[in-house]
Amino acid sequence: MQRLHRLRTLPALLFLALAPVTTAASDLGEQLAQQGNDKGASACTTCHGADGGGNGPAGWPRLAGMNADHLVKQLNDMASGERDNATMNPIAKGLSAEERRAVSEYYAEMEAPTEAPGTDAAQSVVERGRAIAEQGLWRKGVPSCVACHGPGGDGVGADFPALSGQHASYIENQFTAWQDGDRQNDPNELMASVAKRLTEEEIKAVAAWFASQPARPSAE
Amino acid sequence: MNKTHQDIILPGRHTALLLAATLLVAGTAFAQDDETLTKQVELKEAPEASGEGYFDYPGMDEIPEGQFGEAVRSGMEAFVNTLQHPEAKRHVGNGQNCANCHLGGGMAANSAPLWGAWGIYPKYRGKNDHVNTMDERIRGCFTYSMNAGDSEAGGPPEPDSQLLKDMQSFMFWSARGAPLGENLPGRGYRSVEKPEDGYSISRGKSIYEAQCAVCHSGDGSGKFTADGKQIFPPLWGEKAFNWGAGMHRINTAAGFIKYNMPLGKANPVEKHAALSDQEAWDVAAYMNSHERPRDPRWEGDRTTTAEKWHDHECLFNHKAHGQILGEGTK
Repeated sequence: MQRLHRLRTLPALLFLALAPVTTAASDLGEQLAQQGNDKGASACTTCHGADGGGNGPAGWPRLAGMNADHLVKQLNDMASGERDNATMNPIAKGLSAEERRAVSEYYAEMEAPTEAPGTDAAQSVVERGRAIAEQGLWRKGVPSCVACHGPGGDGVGADFPALSGQHASYIENQFTAWQDGDRQNDPNELMASVAKRLTEEEIKAVAAWFASQPARPSAE
Repeated sequence: MNKTHQDIILPGRHTALLLAATLLVAGTAFAQDDETLTKQVELKEAPEASGEGYFDYPGMDEIPEGQFGEAVRSGMEAFVNTLQHPEAKRHVGNGQNCANCHLGGGMAANSAPLWGAWGIYPKYRGKNDHVNTMDERIRGCFTYSMNAGDSEAGGPPEPDSQLLKDMQSFMFWSARGAPLGENLPGRGYRSVEKPEDGYSISRGKSIYEAQCAVCHSGDGSGKFTADGKQIFPPLWGEKAFNWGAGMHRINTAAGFIKYNMPLGKANPVEKHAALSDQEAWDVAAYMNSHERPRDPRWEGDRTTTAEKWHDHECLFNHKAHGQILGEGTK
């Protein structure tokens, strides 16, 4: 009897679990994104745009549709100084742990812009980027981007962020930061190891390829 | 996870001294003759690359047009995306792609590249004690590494089937201009000598959790997309290679891991290792201290199967994590 009873309530429970989350946490996330707080965190939208799409010329990344846990980790690392970024460090420090989670989930749930950020690079460069992204440069031992960042570079969980639909300028800047040791918060030095094997020309090509792709939902 | 399991530290079957003496006396001739005498013996390791580096395989843009080109492309697709290829996937009974063990789409030196394998077949193999054609060799990969027995087709591709023609076309194409019958630098995996004090499964567990679980998951099940595309290969459990695959041997796995893993950190082409010999053996042992699909050569029980097929460096019929291994996941 009890089992039957449980089965009957299951659809109702599922409905609750899947219903749009309109809790205080998402209100908090939205509020932080649009207004910041009074502890040093300015509004995210100022730089990352009202649509969360970032800003290519300035090198500010797309946040909309990114993995929530990935964003939380970045904010935590920028708060602790593990990830060094002059603009973001004080902002991240101004957010409590709860606020970092709330604002990350707010952006993770936001639909990414449907249009690709775009690139000025020549088609041949974009195609070269595609080949590197999909096949790697194995003659010198560089794995493909999609081997870790998932099919299409659409991201895998918290550790391998989406690359498709990201600004070329941001991707290039991160490569430079990995190469120079200015960014070190990758799991197991994986990205630093790969970045150091790529030339500037190869980086530009890869960045152009991903910027030519629209953001897509993560595969995992 | 399991704190009660006994940590296994197994020293080499020979003492280090005896092994060294054997190698000194017998030299390379021993290794060559040995292959024709004993079952389950390793191939002689490929020589180091000379100043010219490794074999210069063709680029993907060099695949010709026409029927042969189509066969090459199909073979490449079967190799890289085995789980998606319409014919190849019918023969896969787990969650593996060929390119999981042959990195770089089968092109990376020291990661068992196809261009290194093509020119050494037909070849005698101790594993089945007869001369194998490449056709048969690939079917062996399906039987063991791809666990074909549990696949939709119920077994490996038929001899001389279109799939095997395609896969061999891809291999042949990748080896254009390579010398026949030569043990090319970069062929196979590097061998990593067993550490003097053996290996430790519990040390391997720590390494696994710190460096491998991020991709392969804590329970070794890998990662897949919602629609079944593999992102990271499973290493043990029902979706992994079975107890008959070469990779279940700790020495083979250690050789693969040392110069190929973690992906991107190690570099097989430059022979750059991210792990020490000891770490490679420890983590290989941890990976292979779990159940996986049953050995297709099952002889009715574990002990008989162990005696007939597992007289080598592996944990089949050994106790780990509180249970004796080898029954298989199903």
